[in-house]
Amino acid sequence: MAQIFHPSANTLARLSLIGAALIALGAVGVSYMVIQSPYQTDVHVVKAQPVPFSHEHHVNGLGIDCRYCHSSVEDSSFAGMPPTYTCMSCHSQIWTDSPMLAPVRESLALGKPIEWTRIHDVPDYAYFNHSVHLKKGVGCFSCHGRVDMMPLAWKEESMNMGWCLECHRNPQRHLRPRDEVFNLDWSVEANQDEVRAFVQREADAETYAFLTEDDYVSQEELGQLLAAMYEVPTMGHDTPLTNCAVCHR
Amino acid sequence: MALETNDRGRGAPAPEPVLGPGHDYTTVTDKIGSMVLTRGFRKEWLIGFALAFGLVNLFLVSVTWLLFNGTGVWGLQVPVMWGFAIINFVWWIGIGHAGTLISAILLLLRQEWRTSINRFAEAMTLFAVACAGMYPILHLGRPWVFYWLMPYPNTMGLWPQFRSPLVFDVFAVSTYATVSLLFWYIGLIPDLATMRDRAKNRIAKVLYGIGSMGWRGSARHWSRYQMAYLLLAGLSTPLVVSVHSIVSFDFSVGIVPGWHTTIFPPYFVAGAVFAGFAMVLTLAIPMRHLYKLHDFITDKHLDNMAKVMLTTGLIVAYGYLMEDFIAWYGENEYEHFMMLENRPFGPYRWFYWGLILCNVIAPQFLWFRPFRRNVYLLWIISMFVNVGMWLERFVIIVVSLSRDFVPAAWEHYTATFWDWSLYLGTIGVFLSLMFLFIRILPAISITEMKELVHEQHHHAGRQGDGQGHGDHGESHS
Repeated sequence: MAQIFHPSANTLARLSLIGAALIALGAVGVSYMVIQSPYQTDVHVVKAQPVPFSHEHHVNGLGIDCRYCHSSVEDSSFAGMPPTYTCMSCHSQIWTDSPMLAPVRESLALGKPIEWTRIHDVPDYAYFNHSVHLKKGVGCFSCHGRVDMMPLAWKEESMNMGWCLECHRNPQRHLRPRDEVFNLDWSVEANQDEVRAFVQREADAETYAFLTEDDYVSQEELGQLLAAMYEVPTMGHDTPLTNCAVCHR
Repeated sequence: MALETNDRGRGAPAPEPVLGPGHDYTTVTDKIGSMVLTRGFRKEWLIGFALAFGLVNLFLVSVTWLLFNGTGVWGLQVPVMWGFAIINFVWWIGIGHAGTLISAILLLLRQEWRTSINRFAEAMTLFAVACAGMYPILHLGRPWVFYWLMPYPNTMGLWPQFRSPLVFDVFAVSTYATVSLLFWYIGLIPDLATMRDRAKNRIAKVLYGIGSMGWRGSARHWSRYQMAYLLLAGLSTPLVVSVHSIVSFDFSVGIVPGWHTTIFPPYFVAGAVFAGFAMVLTLAIPMRHLYKLHDFITDKHLDNMAKVMLTTGLIVAYGYLMEDFIAWYGENEYEHFMMLENRPFGPYRWFYWGLILCNVIAPQFLWFRPFRRNVYLLWIISMFVNVGMWLERFVIIVVSLSRDFVPAAWEHYTATFWDWSLYLGTIGVFLSLMFLFIRILPAISITEMKELVHEQHHHAGRQGDGQGHGDHGESHS
C-alpha cells in the first residue's frame, strides 16, 4: 500500500505542535502589547486642532491660570472648554490679524463654537468629576502631566480603568495641599520646605515631630496626613474609592 | 463462538451478552466502518440533517437578532432576569453528563456494556456542552467581551469576583469541555487510523491520516494510548460530580426562596445523569434502528440505561420530596410559600405538575421489564424525561424569581418568540453536529468493540471456568 504521507510529515507534525503554542502565545502577547500601546490609548499622541493652541505659550510663557479657560473645574464634573469670548478677551486686542487665529474670529462672527479635537474621552459609564478631585487635593498634574510644556495638547496617561484604580487604591501617593493643585511644578522633593511648613501649620505637634523625625516629609507621609484632613476614603474605609459605585452608577 | 454455553456448569443463568453472536474482528470493523465509508447518503440521514440544518439557520437568525437588539428581545424583565438562557444552559450541560459518566466512571468500573455507546455518548456530551456554553455568553448582553470572565491581567485593573459561583462556573464548564474533548479525541485515534487505512478516497485518507497522528498500532502506541485513556478517565471522573454541583451553586448560593437549599448539588448531579441517559436513549434508539446496530447496541444496553435512568430518577424525586419536606419542617415563610403554595398552586402550576408527571411518574414504568425492553415505550419515556428536566429548570428559575420576597416586586414571565427560536436553534445545532458525527466518524468505538470480541472468544475458550462479572473485568486489562 502506498504511503499517504511523506516522511517529512513527522517533522511537520512536531513543528506544528510547537508552532501552535507559539502562535497562541504570540497572539496573546501581541494583543496585550497593542492594548497598552499609544495605538489604543492615544498617550503622547498629538492631534491636529482647528487652531494650534499652545498650552506651553499660554501657561508657561504668559502665566495664565488653568481656571481662566477651564472655568468650571472647581465646581463641576466637567472642567469646561472656553467659549470663543474667552479667547477674544485678549485676541480682540493682540494678534488680531494673525492667520492662525482666523478660525477664532470666524467662530465669533458666526456665533459657532470652535470644534476642538477631544484629547481625553472617558466613557459615559464612568462618572468622573473634576471638582471632587481638586477638593481632595489631587492636582492637575497627576492626570494631565506637564500641560505647561505641551505646545499642542496630548494625553499624558492612558485613562484605563486600571490606571484610575492605581490611585484609588493608594490615593495618598498623589495628594497635595489644596493650594498647590494648580501648580504643575510642585513636588514633595522640590517643595520640601513648604511641605514642612504646611505640616507644622496643619498637624498637631506630635504628628509634626513624627513626620519630620528623619528631616524629610515623604509623599507617603504627607499623603496620609492629607487623606485624613480632606477625608479621602482610603482602603479599609467602609466605602473605599475602589467601590464600583464610586465611578459607576 | 459458544457464548450460550457460558456458566452452564454452575446452573446460573448466562449473563446476557453485550454483543450479538457471530462477530469477529472483520465483521465489527466492516459494520462500523461502513456507516462512514459508504458513498452517498441515506435518505433518512438526509431528511434528518436537512431538518436539523433548518433549525441551525433559525439559530443564526435568532443570534443575529439578539446581537442586533440586545437581550430585550427575550422575555426577561425584573425580577426574572434569568429566563430561557439559563434554563437552557443548565438543561444542556446536564445532558452532557451521561457521556462522561458512561465513558469515565463506567470504564473505571469495568462495565462492558459501555463499550458500544461511549463514543457517541461522548460526542453528545461535547455537542451539548457547546450548546450550553453559548447561552451564558449570549446572555452577557455584550458577548464580545466574554473574555472578561477569565482572570487575566487587564487594563481595568480588575479580577473576576472569585467568591461568585458564576466564576466557578466558567472554570467548571471550560475544564469540562476541554477534558471531554481530549478524552473523546484520544479514544478516536486508533479508529481514525482504521478509517485512514480503509478509506478509498484520497482526501478522506489524508484527513483521517492527519487525525490519527501517525498511529501505526505498535505495542508502544497501544501502551501509551491505554495509559493516556485511563488517566483521562480518572480526570473526567470527578468532573461528573463537580460540574453540575457548581452549576447548582449558581442557585443555592443565592438567597432566593426555592434556590437556597443544601440538597441542590447531589440532586442536580443525579438530575444531570438522569437527563443525559434520557438523551442517549433518545438518540441511540433511532440510530440503532437506522443503521441496524442491534448486535452492538443490544436490548441489554437499553435495559441497563433504563435502569440507570430509573435510579437517578428516584434520586431526583427524593430531591423534590426533600425540598417540600424542609420547606414544611423549616417553617421559613418564604420557602414555605414557594414550595408548598407557589409551585403547586401558583400561576405556573401546570409547569410544576408537568414536571411531576414527566420526572416522577413516567420513570416509574421502568420498574417493569416490558417497558425497558420495548423500544417505542422506552423512547417515549425518555422523551418525557427530556421535557421533564427542562420543566424542572423552568420551575427552579422562573417560578422562584417571579415571586420572591416582596409581592409588590412580583412579575409574570412570558417567553417571547426569540426565546423559543434560540432554544429550537440550539437543538438544531446539536442534532446537526450529531448527524455529521455519525456520517464522518465511527459512531461506535471499533477498537473497544474488537477488545470485546477478543474477550468473548477468550472466555468461550475457557468455558466452565466460572465466568462471573468480576472475571470479565480482570481479563479486560
